[in-house]
Amino acid sequence: MKTWLMHHVRASGATLRKLLRAPFATAFNVIVVGVALALPCGLYVGLANVQKAVRTVSPEPQLTLFLSLDANRTDAGNIDTRLKTHPQVARLRYVPRERALEEMKRASGMTGIVDALERNPLPDAFVIDANDSAPDSIERLRTELATWPKVAHVQLDAEWAQRLDAVLKVGRIALMLLTTVLAFSLVAITFNTIRLQILTQREEIEVTTLVGATDGFIRRPFLYYGAVLGLLGGLAACGFVWATATVLNGALIDLSYLYGARWEIEQLNLRDSLSVLAFAAGLGWLGAWLSVGRHLANVRPR
Amino acid sequence: MIALNQVTKRYPGGHEALKDATLSIERGEMVFLMGHSGAGKSTLLKLIAAIERPTRGSITVNGQNLGRLRARSIPYLRRNFGLVFQDHKLLFDRNVFDNVMLPLNILGYDRREAARRVRAALDKVGLLAYEKALPITLSGGEQQRLCIARAIVHRPALLLADEPTGNLDAAYAAEIGELFRSFNQVGATVVIATHDAQLAERLAPRLITIASGRVDAGAAVAA
Repeated sequence: MKTWLMHHVRASGATLRKLLRAPFATAFNVIVVGVALALPCGLYVGLANVQKAVRTVSPEPQLTLFLSLDANRTDAGNIDTRLKTHPQVARLRYVPRERALEEMKRASGMTGIVDALERNPLPDAFVIDANDSAPDSIERLRTELATWPKVAHVQLDAEWAQRLDAVLKVGRIALMLLTTVLAFSLVAITFNTIRLQILTQREEIEVTTLVGATDGFIRRPFLYYGAVLGLLGGLAACGFVWATATVLNGALIDLSYLYGARWEIEQLNLRDSLSVLAFAAGLGWLGAWLSVGRHLANVRPR
Repeated sequence: MIALNQVTKRYPGGHEALKDATLSIERGEMVFLMGHSGAGKSTLLKLIAAIERPTRGSITVNGQNLGRLRARSIPYLRRNFGLVFQDHKLLFDRNVFDNVMLPLNILGYDRREAARRVRAALDKVGLLAYEKALPITLSGGEQQRLCIARAIVHRPALLLADEPTGNLDAAYAAEIGELFRSFNQVGATVVIATHDAQLAERLAPRLITIASGRVDAGAAVAA
């Protein structure tokens, strides 16, 4: 146990020395891995921010129920009572057609045009907050209300948010694909790096085998190297993302100030950063493991 | 310690380096494998060290049948060996001290104890003053002695040496001979492949002669 632990301590020490002995090669390897990882990390940060922005912009999806133009006060009253007793309706606001016209006049500054109308083209309307804002149940409520008499049209106000959600879904799938592809490339990078190392250290491997080193002993430094390379690459990726977001934030805050708001990109949080590091180290280790398994046999005296 | 039973080694291409060899070497014995170069001495050593596998026949070393040994048990078997190579197989990216340290690192020795043993081994081969030197700066003879120091540093039960005096002048060869003798006297089995008749005369070991792959396991020459 003690020997085992010591072997590991020594292997990790040797790995660090190996990395430091060739600082330029190490730096370039780390940058390559870092850039490969920074792409999905950056996309992830972007998606997370868009998602957050969407959530703040559209808090609760609302339904707007428009009555048909031939509906009178009594019809509106009936609908009102039915809605008030409906279990899925949380809040309800009645907008009579006259008020709607008033609001339109005020909001759009189209007083002239509105005044020129011979009659009010707007129907009575109800704005409804649903109990359950899950897309499915809202959709069900919408279809149900649309079948009521004197109801012309029920509109889901959050439709654009749903569309955006669908776009985000596409983004998430793209992120997953990109991550997969770049994970492969990270494995490939470590695979090749370790292959070169095995070739340059073939004498050492041969001699250590001949004096009784186990496979584990010979593998260990390479596996450590792969994992450390991945880890440093992960750190570099987090650094790239952080730097990019910081630079963009500077410009974004200036821009949003002009709109009287404050927009800011949220950085990769600690938990996500640690996941990136663990993921990268794991992939580096995997690449090294594959490479060692593949190439060691060619180098060793049986 | 070592037993070969009707061992044949044929290399790819059909060359038979060893034909139907049967011999046994007792624990604590000193044995010279004598013969011309190409006679099969090196092959015999490689078979004993489990570096090569026999085409036919069985080999037992240290009570273990090499044919039945699983690949991952081989390292543990080799830790009982000290190997002196004809081409030294030194590592040129590290100094003399670290070269000798290698077997002890693999065995997981405590650093202080390991350093003590490395210096003792270097002292025995007369290289203590060169501990910080890189092997490339050493002469052929010094490299040879460094290789011997690495082979004996972990006090193996079996020392296998392939032409250990090949690059040495007579005085150093005699010294190295003495080293092997003292090593043998403390109980190690020593098998040396050589064509150095002078050395054989001085150490008076049992001689096993090999001629074109055929082994003649003789008795010890009279001193």
